[in-house]
Amino acid sequence: MEVKRREFIRQLCFACGSISLIPACTSEISTWRFLTADEAKLIEAITEQIIPADQDAGATDARVVNFFDRQLIGYYTRHQETYRKGLQNIESSSLKIFHKNFVNLDWDQQTEFLETMETGELPEAEWEGNEQRSFFRMLLDHSMQAFYGSPRHGGNCGYVSYKMLKIDYPHVIGQNRYPSENGNTNLKAS
Amino acid sequence: MKNKHVNAIVIGAGAGGGVVAKELAVSGLSVVLFERGDWVTYDAHNDDELMSQRTHPFENPFGPDNKRHRRVFVGQNGNERIVLPFEYPFNNNAACVGSGTVSYGAMAWRFMEKDFLMKTSYGHVEGSTLEDWPITYQDLEPYYEKAEWEIGVSGDHTGNPFQSVRNMPYPMPPFAYNRDGQILYDAAKRIGLHPFPIPMLRNSVRYNGRPACYRMRTCVGFACPVNAKCGTHNTVIPIALQSGNCELRTNCQVAEVMINEKGLATGIKYFDENDNGHIQTADIVIISCAAVETARLLLNSKSRLFPEGAGNNNDWVGRNLQGHAYTGASGIFEDEIYDDVGPGACWAVGDFNHDNEGIVGGGVLCNSFFTPPYAFTRLRPPGAKQWGLEHKEFQRKNYKRISSVRGPFQEIPNFDARVTVDPEVKDHWGIPVARLSGQRHEYDRIGCQFMSDRAEEILREAGAITTWQAVGGRGLSGDQHQSGTARMGNDPKTSVTDKYGRVHDIDNLFVADGSLHVTNGGFNPVLTIMALGFYIGEYIAKNWNGGSFTSK
Repeated sequence: MEVKRREFIRQLCFACGSISLIPACTSEISTWRFLTADEAKLIEAITEQIIPADQDAGATDARVVNFFDRQLIGYYTRHQETYRKGLQNIESSSLKIFHKNFVNLDWDQQTEFLETMETGELPEAEWEGNEQRSFFRMLLDHSMQAFYGSPRHGGNCGYVSYKMLKIDYPHVIGQNRYPSENGNTNLKAS
Repeated sequence: MKNKHVNAIVIGAGAGGGVVAKELAVSGLSVVLFERGDWVTYDAHNDDELMSQRTHPFENPFGPDNKRHRRVFVGQNGNERIVLPFEYPFNNNAACVGSGTVSYGAMAWRFMEKDFLMKTSYGHVEGSTLEDWPITYQDLEPYYEKAEWEIGVSGDHTGNPFQSVRNMPYPMPPFAYNRDGQILYDAAKRIGLHPFPIPMLRNSVRYNGRPACYRMRTCVGFACPVNAKCGTHNTVIPIALQSGNCELRTNCQVAEVMINEKGLATGIKYFDENDNGHIQTADIVIISCAAVETARLLLNSKSRLFPEGAGNNNDWVGRNLQGHAYTGASGIFEDEIYDDVGPGACWAVGDFNHDNEGIVGGGVLCNSFFTPPYAFTRLRPPGAKQWGLEHKEFQRKNYKRISSVRGPFQEIPNFDARVTVDPEVKDHWGIPVARLSGQRHEYDRIGCQFMSDRAEEILREAGAITTWQAVGGRGLSGDQHQSGTARMGNDPKTSVTDKYGRVHDIDNLFVADGSLHVTNGGFNPVLTIMALGFYIGEYIAKNWNGGSFTSK
């Protein structure tokens, strides 16, 4: 099944060739630290694919994109170029294949796109060598850090992943300090 | 300002150095204990998984830092690159007061008699430097006991039928098993194994003025919030300082040991926290920087008599770098087996340490420490989805249903797994950095597979519905269990120090850390490093005659 989907993308790619369909840029003024507003929306869409909301919070609810933005001027300053270029490449690939920005793709199209990227099978014009696979691995790893790591780094807002895993936070045996049903809490995510 | 001459310099405030500094200071010697890192506290990183000793995507929470330190790593394919301390191939231990003992899992293993007699027990292994130690288990037994009582170990001294003879029980009772521990313990018993509580350098009751452990899930990889974990930072180092004879100098990077024309160490050159260079002279110098940095320091200490580095006239310094391949299996259970009673690991079996048919050595198997949420994202059976709804569902469903059984396989030492100093790359202070090359002996793979098979059997017997193995590979091992690079031996041609840790031909230069290990046991090595610290410290103190050091 997956192979067929990928074949579909390849055919699309072949059919559309390299027609450039970049829409007018509608950038808003970004309130992010490093990311542009468009980049933030793109990361939000990608990370929601990686950790989707279901009965429990997903990446968007956990403010995973905030982790990316914060760390890209912090510990991950060294990855700034990789992100700027990688996100641009994702947009270019998406436009080439689907004639749409990644954020405007259907959910299933986004999934297919990322599965194709994971195995390094996106059209190669935008990507050099192992680049698409390694950038996907980075997005994946940082998403998991953001969602499952401590809120003090910018993600896992409200300890949502710990709630999902049903582990107490803070770690005091016998005490569970999650917000109660009426929303009262003495804890806030940093 | 010129530093006052002292009796002894100890370089490295970890498991070995902390103990030696205390032994010398309480015996009346004036000591300066050097540490390249600083004190660390629980509050700096609390229970933050991304800032733990086991998972550190940003930087090393327990040092060393990325700005000033680096190494060169030569991969199995021969490609070499500069690696930063937080990257895996750096093979980091730690750099802080107490070193690895601040954040370790704290298993307190004695090696077994056969671990000191590997060549006698198994004969020559092709392509290896497998050898007997110049000391026996019996020689070290009293010092194991000292380590257990002075630093503090909880355990059942009658638990392991395979252990070598011991004189005293542990000072504290063992910890109770948690839920997954009990299930796996029962299974191990059913298949005829001999599980018992893991001896731990962790207070099970109030001891040494510090409280009992309250069993948080975050323990291994973190400092202890209540000081119940016993390291050198909260036991022997404070005693050394209280004696009035020991000064601790933190944030100091030692560059070289100075060796004079008579072949004696006269002191060290080091940089303080403001990068100012200093000299500290002493009657005796003890190096306790762990296998990689101890070898680097010896190799960087060049003199006319030792042009290739202190103690390296026979090219043995930095050789035989060992650690441990960790190997085992994981399993998913139908019911929740996780009860949040940390730190996870609580029982072990010694059935596979020796006398396994067709295997040289072996190792201890334990149920594993809890896997925190981010690390758990990668704990999957082969082929499982790495992301998306399916991945998330696995997290949610199985976080409390997975347990692992793992252990360290005793590494077969080889001459080409080694530390050298890089001819070009230098650190922040201009000191040539350590260069790591080589790989594990090919034999390791066989032993690891054997142990993983045994681990999987226990999990299946316990009722795991899905099991899979993680088998140790051949990559160079030199991280937290690093050892072997300044081997002790009776023959100066095939070792670096004598049986008291004294560097051959340099009468007042000692090594006291895992570098001395001829072989590294099928156990976590820290208690052995501490025991060697007591043994060497006592030897130096006994031979100290008040003004100069003379030894026979």
